[in-house]
Amino acid sequence: MAMKPCIEIRDLSFAYPDGRPALHDVSLSVRPGEKVALVGPNGAGKSTLLLHLNGILRGEGGVSVMGQQVAESHLARIRAQVGLVFQNPEDQLFSPTVFDDVAYGPLYAGLPEEEVRRQVAWALVQVGLEGYAGRLSHHLSLGEKKRAAIATVLSMRPDILALDEPTAGLDLRARRRLIGLLQDLPQTMLAATHDMRLAAEVFPRMVILDEGRLIADGSTGDLLADEQLLEAHGLERPC
Amino acid sequence: MHIHALDAYHHRTSLVHSLDGRVKLALALLFIISAAVIPDGAWPAYVLLAALALGVTVASQLGVGFVQRRAAVVLSFALAAVTVVFSTPGRSLLAMRVLGQQLAVTDAGLVRFVSILLKSWLSVQMAVVLTASTHFPTLLRAMRSLRVPRILVAIAGFAYRYIFVIGDEALRLTRARAARSGFLSLSKEGASDRRGGGSVFWRAWVTGGMVGSLFLRSIERSERIYDAMLARGYDGEVRSLRPPILQARDVLIALPFVLVLVAIQFVARLSW
Amino acid sequence: MLLNTVNPAPNPMHIPDGFLGLAVSLVCWILAALGVGMALWRSREAMGERQVPLMGVLAAFIFAAQMLNFTVAGGTSGHLIGGALAAILLGPWAGILTMTTVVAIQALLFQDGGLLVMGANILNMGIIATLVGYGLYRAALAVARGRRWGLFVGGFAAAWASVVIASVACAVQLAFSGTSPLGLALPAMVGVHVLIGTGEGLITVGALAFVAGVRRDLLEPAEAATGSLRWASVGLVVALAVVLLAPLASPHPDGLERVAEDAGFIEVAKDAPYEIIPDYVLPGIPNEALATIAAGIVGTLIVAGVAFAVARLRRQTAS
Repeated sequence: MAMKPCIEIRDLSFAYPDGRPALHDVSLSVRPGEKVALVGPNGAGKSTLLLHLNGILRGEGGVSVMGQQVAESHLARIRAQVGLVFQNPEDQLFSPTVFDDVAYGPLYAGLPEEEVRRQVAWALVQVGLEGYAGRLSHHLSLGEKKRAAIATVLSMRPDILALDEPTAGLDLRARRRLIGLLQDLPQTMLAATHDMRLAAEVFPRMVILDEGRLIADGSTGDLLADEQLLEAHGLERPC
Repeated sequence: MHIHALDAYHHRTSLVHSLDGRVKLALALLFIISAAVIPDGAWPAYVLLAALALGVTVASQLGVGFVQRRAAVVLSFALAAVTVVFSTPGRSLLAMRVLGQQLAVTDAGLVRFVSILLKSWLSVQMAVVLTASTHFPTLLRAMRSLRVPRILVAIAGFAYRYIFVIGDEALRLTRARAARSGFLSLSKEGASDRRGGGSVFWRAWVTGGMVGSLFLRSIERSERIYDAMLARGYDGEVRSLRPPILQARDVLIALPFVLVLVAIQFVARLSW
Repeated sequence: MLLNTVNPAPNPMHIPDGFLGLAVSLVCWILAALGVGMALWRSREAMGERQVPLMGVLAAFIFAAQMLNFTVAGGTSGHLIGGALAAILLGPWAGILTMTTVVAIQALLFQDGGLLVMGANILNMGIIATLVGYGLYRAALAVARGRRWGLFVGGFAAAWASVVIASVACAVQLAFSGTSPLGLALPAMVGVHVLIGTGEGLITVGALAFVAGVRRDLLEPAEAATGSLRWASVGLVVALAVVLLAPLASPHPDGLERVAEDAGFIEVAKDAPYEIIPDYVLPGIPNEALATIAAGIVGTLIVAGVAFAVARLRRQTAS
């Protein structure tokens, strides 16, 4: 069952405008349906890597998503296929109501009103926020904001979900809820995270990044068993 | 992600960098005023002024290319002055019909136009050197010596500090929007083939919402900042350390500069 | 990408040094100083010791808000200047202070606007735009008497007018300086800014709608406060002053042809050694080389200027 990879990153290197290097020759291949955790210490380049998936950052090397090169001509399509959930939900919720935020993607894509409403309703159900459509994004709790942020990309029915620190700052209850959600969603998933327990529970495959380089890529179980490797790159076994 | 580009200061160990901020500000302003009062067509004066600007650029070690690139900003405004080419009375050089009107390019008009461009181009070079060789906080303190009210300077200082933070937020908002601005040529459900993007009005409306959202966050942030200031004893009075005494060295360097400017004014008024 | 995202291209209202005469610059400085001084005094009364952190952060907000743009068509984008919005959200005095700070920082950090002419830029974008915008907004609110449309119509009209009137002021300053005759500067400036003002209006309304939906209390003070008539009058007076000043700036208010006639060079034009026809035929006459060079220079400058302006607008939207 060798499926064509839906994310193909080849020798990706990126440096910030001020010269700071962020990624060195990173190569990664993800097949449809896979769930991959991207781990590493702060500054490893996890967020930077995610931002390359939908062309917000453009580095040297090859990035292709769903068989398309991430280039100007394909960006619109790619952004409809890759749902990027940012670390800080505040950045993602820029409309007055939850409905407006979740509807943005479908509206931008030019879908008719009926369909927009359907997508929004569906997305809200997926994340457990039915009935929240009329609420003001501003007033939600952090956990609710995180789920709303996920809904804002789900409504576009992406094939791939890329999440940046999905459980950061959540209390136990909100965290459990989110883990349940991530387990249920069928999309190909790539999540940058510090939460090793999340990685162990939800993501069968793990990629370790440190200082912009890809250190290891393998099954989560195997990598978590290698204490020396974890310690060398600022990581800890989940207890 | 940081907006490093906002930091206009470029560090060098040059004479210009080490000069007192107040002196630099005053000299830059004098230069700009000089450029403004040179009569049209006094080419030798302009050439001398350009040489002075070049000298300062070299002394600052910022690089002529760097300064010229930043100075190119004024080019786009040049269009605003181009009409003077036609409207200044003088000897006509060539005539043309534009929109049913007979217009003539005059020699005086050309002279005026080129003079305006030169004034602008020379002035902005000094402004670039000033900005790139002086830390912004130093520049603000230099404003005090021009009698700019303390409160205004304090406000500008705060603004500078938080431009990076709030600007970062704005940048992330645009990224979040870009990340959700995608469309396939056919919707997943097979609905009609639609050009994505929404209407201009909708886009403007969404942008407005982002502005509103940024506003609320900024208000809340300012309240937190105010609380933090209160916690450290703030009472509304802006106090700062006494500025350093003006060094004789700085005045000595400034003097020849001023004399050259005065000399250029004389040159400008000599009739050739 | 970052630099261009960060610094909106100098819009046609940030006047660089060299384009205004010294006298005009000084007069504008005096007027600006008066306006800012008044704003400092009045806002201190209202804000007390919150003044510095609040104004500073909000100035940073306006600066950042100017980075939020939307694509209009092809390579152009619309974005905010913010005079009217600042006045509506913060009140006129705070609005003046924040806009002044923004204009100053733009000039000092980016050379977006000159140093000597900063007085004029502050006057246009910091004071005139703010007062006209606020006056119109209050007038609309008064007319609407509490009905919802007042906010939106008022917001749009205020934003649009603030941009247009400020551009008139800019054209007047250019005319008084002899940089651009009013007959040409005015239609060009106003023409462009009628469009820019529309974008400004739309964004302003979007922002007001957001704030009204989430924190209505922040907008209430303006609505409930008395003196709407006084503010509407202030706005109107400022706008009229700017517009009526215009004829004074031009010795010949009725356009370029009249200028040409009176200056006597329309006759000269008829005898001009050159006649440019659309396909650029230049008959050989004495001084041919000089005229060709002149034509070349003028043409190149115009094209370069346009290309540069378009390139800046494009780069803004590429990010």
